[in-house]
Amino acid sequence: MTISPSKKKEKIDRLAETAARDDERGVSLWQEAFRRLRRNPAAIIGTVILALFVLVALVGPLLVPHAPDAQLWKGEVRLGDFPGPRAENWFGTDQLGRDEFSRMIVGARQTLLVGIVATLIGLAVGSLIGGVAGAAAGLGGRWGRAIDNVLMRFIDMLLAMPSLLLAISIAALLGAGLTTVMIAVGVVSVPVFARLLRGSMIAQSNSDYVLAATSLGVKKPKIALTHVVPNSLAPVIVQATLTLATAIIEAAALSFLGLGNNDASIPEWGVMLADAQPYLDSAPRLAILPAVAIIITALGFTLLGEAMREALDPKLRK
Amino acid sequence: MFRFIVRRLLQLIPTLFGLSLLLFIWLRRLPGGPETAILGERGTPEMRAQIRRSMGLDEPILVQYGRFVRRLIRLDLGTSTSTKRSVVTEFLERFPGTVELSITAMVIAVGIGIPLGYLAARRRGRLLDHLSVGGSLIGICIPVFFLAFVLKAIFAENLGWFPSSGRQDPTLGATRITNFFVLDGLMTREWDAAADALWHLVLPGIALASIPLAIIVRITRASVLEVLNEDFVRTAEAKGLTERTVRGRHVLRNSMLPVVTSIGLQTGLLLSGAVLTETVFAFSGIGAFVAEAIGQRDYPVLMGFILIIAVVYVLVNLLVDLSYSFIDPRVRVR
Amino acid sequence: MALLEVEDLSVTFARRGQRTVHAVDGVSFSVDAGEVVGLVGESGCGKSVTSLAIMGLLPKQPGLAVGGKAVFDGTDLLQLDDRSRRDIRGRDIAMIFQDPLSSLNPVIPIGLQVTEVLTRHRGMKGAAAEKEAAELLDRVGIPDPRRRLKEYPHQLSGGMRQRALIAMAVACQPRLLIADEPTTALDVTIQAQILELLKGLVRDSDTALLMITHDLGVVAGMCDTVNVLYAGRVVETARRRPLFREPRHPYTVGLLGSVPRLDAGRGERLNAIPGSVRDVLPWPDGCAFAPRCERRVDACVGEPPALVLAHHGRSYRCVNPAPVAGYAPGDDVRAVVPTQAQPGSVPAQAVPDDPPTVPGLGPAPREEESA
Repeated sequence: MTISPSKKKEKIDRLAETAARDDERGVSLWQEAFRRLRRNPAAIIGTVILALFVLVALVGPLLVPHAPDAQLWKGEVRLGDFPGPRAENWFGTDQLGRDEFSRMIVGARQTLLVGIVATLIGLAVGSLIGGVAGAAAGLGGRWGRAIDNVLMRFIDMLLAMPSLLLAISIAALLGAGLTTVMIAVGVVSVPVFARLLRGSMIAQSNSDYVLAATSLGVKKPKIALTHVVPNSLAPVIVQATLTLATAIIEAAALSFLGLGNNDASIPEWGVMLADAQPYLDSAPRLAILPAVAIIITALGFTLLGEAMREALDPKLRK
Repeated sequence: MFRFIVRRLLQLIPTLFGLSLLLFIWLRRLPGGPETAILGERGTPEMRAQIRRSMGLDEPILVQYGRFVRRLIRLDLGTSTSTKRSVVTEFLERFPGTVELSITAMVIAVGIGIPLGYLAARRRGRLLDHLSVGGSLIGICIPVFFLAFVLKAIFAENLGWFPSSGRQDPTLGATRITNFFVLDGLMTREWDAAADALWHLVLPGIALASIPLAIIVRITRASVLEVLNEDFVRTAEAKGLTERTVRGRHVLRNSMLPVVTSIGLQTGLLLSGAVLTETVFAFSGIGAFVAEAIGQRDYPVLMGFILIIAVVYVLVNLLVDLSYSFIDPRVRVR
Repeated sequence: MALLEVEDLSVTFARRGQRTVHAVDGVSFSVDAGEVVGLVGESGCGKSVTSLAIMGLLPKQPGLAVGGKAVFDGTDLLQLDDRSRRDIRGRDIAMIFQDPLSSLNPVIPIGLQVTEVLTRHRGMKGAAAEKEAAELLDRVGIPDPRRRLKEYPHQLSGGMRQRALIAMAVACQPRLLIADEPTTALDVTIQAQILELLKGLVRDSDTALLMITHDLGVVAGMCDTVNVLYAGRVVETARRRPLFREPRHPYTVGLLGSVPRLDAGRGERLNAIPGSVRDVLPWPDGCAFAPRCERRVDACVGEPPALVLAHHGRSYRCVNPAPVAGYAPGDDVRAVVPTQAQPGSVPAQAVPDDPPTVPGLGPAPREEESA
């Protein structure tokens, strides 16, 4: 061996040092999760899909070749025979002689809008109910438990309703339209968010570190803000990502049932898919294009959401 | 056990009350209430008022609700405004179809989902695993009605392998007893009628099964993977038991617990999907009926449907809880 | 020929993009029929992996490689196919695990979990199997065995669960019983009962027992021979008494020193080994224990220390062992077996240049308060 003794000692010391540093270095939950996300191919695929989708939704409408609601090729439309893909209409035209490509691009924005607004409604209302219930349960006492109980019975009632049927009944009552779809799909996701936030808040407030903070005399609201809420947020964010996928699919289903956007000038994938039903034989692309777009977008959200769930799961962390 | 069932059924009552009250108030507050549904958009204000009086809509809402509940106790859900028939009669006629369809879908989902999920877990990281995980992801993301369309277009309209609509070929003139067409065919020994009804269930059954199937595959896979890492599986291996015993007795049984729970939770999904699938296949079940009722603003039907759904959901989950206690001795119902 | 002869056993986990982990790195030891052998070390030293490798129970995963030999009664267990291995497991070699609750199937009655072994290896069925199972439960000290057979694991106490696991393990009168930390999850009073039970069982049936533990108290009470493991290698082997009286490897010295003693003064500090198992030097670069060792000398680094065979069949893997009264340093050495011996290489047997600060029994020299 040619290593000099002093070198050897250095080597050992360095080793011991790095070992000690490793121990002390507290890698935060989010940093660690992000590192694991970057290594997960599913997360990368999901992110790429979503990045493309968002880009198209934001910029696309400014660049489309034709107005999505202009019936420019109406004269060429025959019953059961619409202009197919060609130089001026990359995806052909629809049954009313409108440029399908432009409609797909502009439709992305509407679809994203429906998904995001619906999810935000669910997230906001659900988190409010769940947060109040969780806090009430955490504070305990007769009133705390009562509040928690009433809110959770209400949520159970919503949960007992099959989600789409709940959306259908809301939509049936509010009448068809884009707003209706957003509200209906949003309300459907309320119970999930509420239960999730309440559950993880209760789990957090029973955890050892909260107990430790309490015993050190930290005030309850401060614990809630600095420990409980941030740690309860992770599952909620994951759920929001997954909900975006279901929101887009459910919105499409509502459109299919005739409850969706009734403003023909604003294309939306769900409505386009529903409107294409009569032409499945003559122009299947009119159904396939929006369907595939919906599936891929939902897939993107699901992939990313699942990957995030995995990355944030403490059980899977080494 | 008996007391557990009774208690669960009693718990159903306040849920139903709450739900119906909520819906009731909501319905009555809407602009253009039931009288619009009956009269249409025309109708003079006098006619409206006349109808409102005759339906008791001018009384205080709680009085109306009281009357609704009294009727509900007598199992009277009112009259459909679109078909002018009793809602209960309509449901009794159509519900069997939806039940047949849901059972078909669940049989497909469970029959394929559990073995596939199990095999995917055993072959973790290999081709079959990737295929079933990827397939189930896509299955969750495909809108049910689109899948129904595709199946109908390919297998019914182009290939002609399956009928494209309905529950049974009406020219068979099958005898009706229970309105469960397959069951009726078996009971009356009209084998061709039973087979035909079954044949009509295949495509809508597959379409309806897609989401439950995807979910069951994922849950089974995850659950089996978790159980495979359990200490007691290692103990079973250490005893030298054959692979079959280890898998059947120790792995599979323990991994079924979350799967059974998810099957219960999916009743809701199935009924949602039924509305879409039945519409596409013109399958005369409760789902297609409700889809129509939405368009017609047929509130008694919608109201009755939502109440029935709630009852079914609670009953199915009661069954799930009971079966859970048979699988897992740690969960003993009290 | 010993009943079980483990030779140069190695277990490595290779993972893409990460350093290959040598969980077990050339472990050799033997177990004679009827003997109680201890495998001792901190958690993470590879003792459980060693036992699982012998049983063929390591979870199958890509990148796992098992090398060396584990010869049981003339057959190398590592070369057997899956079927023959299953025939031996539970019949000739049985195993008891650490956590009795999680090691029992929660949804199957205890009775079936006992009889399934009898059915598999002794062809017993029905009432006969049940009768035998009840007798087994009785033998391991479970009262009212008939009733217990119908009960589920969650209905039993921790001690009873471990007894049930032991009943399953001894159901076929195996010749070797491997117990992996069998008492760690139990209360102290129950621990003693379980150890007594195990002792009685092996004494009566001439079963050999491989005891895997981190608890030197268990070793002192049970084992005939002790192997001390560190970072995947056996660093010292000795009979029980000599090991406790005159530990040679500084790691053994440290282990013994960290046991609280009643006869120590109240103000005296425990002699904890500094650092943790994570602070290892990879064996090829020298002694893995060197970064934590208080007897470290320059010769510890550079190449792995050779195995030194000393008096009374004991051996250790150290270039600067704790001295023993009555022997000059190096006096007791019978032979040196270099690991990975290369032609012409001379084993480094360093002579300490500082006089032994402590006689053999005592704790190793310790640093002044530095933490």
